[in-house]
Amino acid sequence: MIRALSITRSIHDWLYSSMSENMAYFIEMVLIAIVYLAIFAVAGLFLVLIERRVAAWFQLRIGPNRVGFQGLLQTMADALKLLSKELTGTEKADKFLYNLAPYFVIITALMALAVIPFTQDFQAFDINIGILFLIAISSIGVIGILLGGWSSNNKFALIGAMRSGVQTISYELSIGLSLLTMILITGSLQLSEIVEVQKSGWLIVQGHIPAIIAFMIYMIAGTAETNRAPFDMAEAESELGAGFHTEYSGMKFAYFFLAEFINMFIIAAIATTVFFGAWLSPFGITESIPILGVFWFLAKAMVLVFLMMWFRWTFPRLRVDQLLTLEWKYLLPLNLMNIVIMALIVWLNLTIQF
Amino acid sequence: MSYFSDIYKGIKTLLTGMSVTGKYFLTSRKGAITQQYPDNRATLKMFDRFRGEVIMPHDEENRHRCTGCQKCEIACPNGTIEIIWDRGIDEETGKKKKKIDKFVYHLSMCTMCGLCIDVCPTDAIEWGQNFENSVYDRTALTRVLNKPGSKLMPGVED
Ligand code: SF4
Ligand code: SF4
Repeated sequence: MIRALSITRSIHDWLYSSMSENMAYFIEMVLIAIVYLAIFAVAGLFLVLIERRVAAWFQLRIGPNRVGFQGLLQTMADALKLLSKELTGTEKADKFLYNLAPYFVIITALMALAVIPFTQDFQAFDINIGILFLIAISSIGVIGILLGGWSSNNKFALIGAMRSGVQTISYELSIGLSLLTMILITGSLQLSEIVEVQKSGWLIVQGHIPAIIAFMIYMIAGTAETNRAPFDMAEAESELGAGFHTEYSGMKFAYFFLAEFINMFIIAAIATTVFFGAWLSPFGITESIPILGVFWFLAKAMVLVFLMMWFRWTFPRLRVDQLLTLEWKYLLPLNLMNIVIMALIVWLNLTIQF
Repeated sequence: MSYFSDIYKGIKTLLTGMSVTGKYFLTSRKGAITQQYPDNRATLKMFDRFRGEVIMPHDEENRHRCTGCQKCEIACPNGTIEIIWDRGIDEETGKKKKKIDKFVYHLSMCTMCGLCIDVCPTDAIEWGQNFENSVYDRTALTRVLNKPGSKLMPGVED
């Protein structure tokens, strides 16, 4: 199940030759977990930096540019500062759940990364229900938000958490259905196979009109999933202080913060995998060098992340009723219609293939 | 059918908004309004409407326009301005006349409301652009705005 790059193969062989199979398997999993954790903790920090620079440019500002070259170390310094800060909490908080909540959020965010195919063999966990696993994992994160909001015994946090619950439960549907539309073409939930199908054209080209509609719905619902503006009612700085994480400080706050950015990356990564051919290069120009797949994957994901930042710094926040109207009256019926159209297209063989 | 036209209108307006912010994003590096202050101290130019402190401009012959009417002193809500005045002999007419000795301005009490500048009938005082006013002793913030030996500009009172 665990595939690895060829450079890691020697470690793999050495582990299996020097100890019993179960032990080696276990150690290998721990190693991979540590590598992923290290990579994505740093990547998350850089996403925060990118967001801040991009936000500044949208608002005709400059953004952080003092710490390190062009501010590259700014978020590292912020993380160090947060690490050294006191962990405060409210007197009447439900201590156990209060402390548990941030870990729920960050662990689910990191778990989802395991199935994402960064390049040919760079995928920690290639299960046959990949997409389903991603959808399921990304909806567990909301439990952390609900727990955090409820247990911190603060009315703003509670309101934020409840809004987040409403929002995530509604938009989960759209995410699932829009991905399902694409599954109709691939016929498989396994991510490596979805990539395989796209060797004859990215799915957004193969599925043309319904695929583009599905992509638009996916991006809207995905932005809502990550609780980012214009769907950031769970945090809503101007209304609720900081929403569900009002009472968190120091590193626990940083977990929530980091999880938001990793989730954003995951949403972009899923879109890249399902719509834009994951690590496949455009027109197969670098097909002979599989390691460049990482570059293509990250490039596509970053473009989508940028799109989400663009949304955030353009649109004003929705009200709760507008949010639900958008989902239940517009996105959901359109989505169902779209699935039927897509089914017809696949049935009549109208997909565009190269 | 308004359902579908709503969707069309919604998407269109969203794209309009995104094109506006997108343009700002692309031009931002040239037009950034951020002033990286201590670095560009030499070239920094404040905006015309910036209210830094109240100043009294003097011309080359060390003359100002203040007649000592004390309207600004009365208008100031904080008692920031104190006019210490005197009676002197007017050179032209030979009559006794009111003139200022010291225009005392306590910057530490000023709220930059601008009432004194609005009320001055001869436009003797105006806004200065300096904002680097931090000092270690607050008495340093009490200023005399008319320069020593300065006189009233002729023709101001006509
Ligand atoms: S700006 Fe306002 S507070 Fe300051 S001196 Fe003039 S009237 Fe007084
Ligand atoms: S500054 Fe203007 S208002 Fe104040 S005393 Fe002088 S002339 Fe009168």
